[in-house]
Amino acid sequence: MDLLEYQGKQLLARHGVPVPDGRPAGTVDEAVEAAEAIGYPCVVKAQVQIGGRGKLGGIKVAESREQAREHAEAILGMDIRGLRVHEVWIEQASQIAAEYYASIVFDRSAQAPLIMLSTKGGMDIEQVAEEDPGAIAKLHVDPLLGYQDFHGRRLAFEAGVDPDVVRPVGALLAKLYQAFVSEDATLVEVNPLIITPERDVRALDAKVTLDDNALFRHPESAALRDLSAEDPQERMAKERGLIYVKLDGDVGILGNGAGLVMSTLDVVALAGGRPANFLDAGGGSKADAIVAAVEVILSDDKVRAVLFNIFGGITRCDEVAKGLIEAFGQVQPQVPFVVRLDGTNDEEGRRLLQEAQLPDLEVCATMLEAAERVVALAAATPALQAR
Amino acid sequence: MSILIDRATRLCVSGITGREGTFHAMNNRRYGTQVVSGVTPGKGGQDVDGVPVFDTFRDAVAETGANTAMVFVPARFAADSILEAADAGVHTIVAITEGIPAHDELRVSAHLRRYGGVRLIGPNCPGILSPGKANVGIIPAAFFKPGNVGVVSRSGTLTYQIGNELAQRGFGNSSIVGIGGDPVPGSTFIDVLELFEADDETEIIVMAGEIGGSAEEEAAEYIAEHVTKPVVAYIAGFTAPPGKTMGHAGAIVSGSKGTANAKAEALEAHGVRVGRTPSEVSDIVVEILGG
Repeated sequence: MDLLEYQGKQLLARHGVPVPDGRPAGTVDEAVEAAEAIGYPCVVKAQVQIGGRGKLGGIKVAESREQAREHAEAILGMDIRGLRVHEVWIEQASQIAAEYYASIVFDRSAQAPLIMLSTKGGMDIEQVAEEDPGAIAKLHVDPLLGYQDFHGRRLAFEAGVDPDVVRPVGALLAKLYQAFVSEDATLVEVNPLIITPERDVRALDAKVTLDDNALFRHPESAALRDLSAEDPQERMAKERGLIYVKLDGDVGILGNGAGLVMSTLDVVALAGGRPANFLDAGGGSKADAIVAAVEVILSDDKVRAVLFNIFGGITRCDEVAKGLIEAFGQVQPQVPFVVRLDGTNDEEGRRLLQEAQLPDLEVCATMLEAAERVVALAAATPALQAR
Repeated sequence: MSILIDRATRLCVSGITGREGTFHAMNNRRYGTQVVSGVTPGKGGQDVDGVPVFDTFRDAVAETGANTAMVFVPARFAADSILEAADAGVHTIVAITEGIPAHDELRVSAHLRRYGGVRLIGPNCPGILSPGKANVGIIPAAFFKPGNVGVVSRSGTLTYQIGNELAQRGFGNSSIVGIGGDPVPGSTFIDVLELFEADDETEIIVMAGEIGGSAEEEAAEYIAEHVTKPVVAYIAGFTAPPGKTMGHAGAIVSGSKGTANAKAEALEAHGVRVGRTPSEVSDIVVEILGG
């Protein structure tokens, strides 16, 4: 789960990370009220999860009440690379003497958290890593030992931060690490981490990703929403307990198991088709899950044909067939379906489908054959949105 | 031979009294696995169809000589159960549970590496099958028979798909190992490749990877240096968009890293042939072993 900038800042602030004073606002009036409370100059920042929003007009400085209103009106509701701005964050403007970069990521290969610190903040860190890799100091923390003060000193001296801020930068890293562990984050990134003319250290931006699997320990984080990033179909799927990722093609896809679904997308693409979605109905898919999945797939009106690719392990093919028959009764799909059932109870599943004589549903024997067939059908069928 | 589990496996199932735990423990027993005990705190003294249940792993190991554990408890209790099994002295732990918090996995994995002598497979994996000998986990054993192809995979159903295609071409398996789709697996491709390399029965190794992380790239380097047996690979997720988690917590492409193309190129650069579809994988196996 990716947090918005202000959600990340509020989370970091709870662990003592200094951030500029700010308030979120969902309407122009709220934004003006927030600006009045914070004082001028203040910054009106669009809350969307996209890099470079400043260059796209999503960050503006207001010197007065009138300007705060003007900027909030311009930014709220604007479209930044396909994401609509639902919220702004009004923040005290900061004076900047130096811009650093700090982050903690989950390093899978090392199986340990990796802290990175650089004095080249305020720009794309991947670009820094490419052009001047020596400018980024890196250090793995033993997850059983945790962060120690020497970690901070080593990083600060290696990165070459100004000598007078070695200690406060180390202290800030300690707080970031504490937030990373106790909030079950998989990424905490502050870019830029600024040094003010008064030599204070502050997080001017915050990118925080939380582990979805640990949200049960953090009810306050589980309640956070990012309306701009939520696709309506993805939300619908989530509510029904399905794992769905929307893509931009026209072949609807359902399978069981993440690896098999990914493989199905690839095979459809190799056959010349364009997948409309990733949908993992999960292990042990029961009939009601299949009905929900069909509804979610067909709620995307770009879909021209649908492929079901099931290899039954825990999942029983007869259950999938029953679900499909039920779904056809409830939804009456207007596009053709291709179904491949293999594995546990596959013969029974195929028999049920044959007996039900569902309109516009074909059964194929192999994954490749099914992929080729669905691609041909999609090419021959107009999209729902075009009818 | 086979790897990790065989006829000498004495299995203790954590969460044996739960619905899924009972179902799969009994399934594994029907296959021939010696299911010697189960653990459910508070239910010690009961039995599940004749399998004695204990309150703690320590008791289960002491009383029944369990040497392998299978963890089936819900995600929030799973890390604790894995640590308990290791503490009690089993040498192999298979964690089926999905959805374990990543920081829990990190602590478990760091501890087990330091502790030594314990191998963890999973979590979020389908388990291990050594056809004709033992089945620990949820792999549908009916599709596989004994043979000389070792399979190691990050995905369950994809393993069945590839295994089934091989079976249709007449190949059986020494062992099939699902290492799981989480960012911090207890065992990596490299760990399992090392075991297959040392296993007499295994003549060829099929590895099925997917997008995310760099485990396949690391395996490629390891294979070039340490594996003499032929390895055929498959990677799922060529069409996955960056920044989206594709079902498995580990399957996410961040920036330019972890793409299927990068993985396939790394493997091919180190002499590993990569099939673009599961069928192509079995074609390559046929080509190498003769069909």
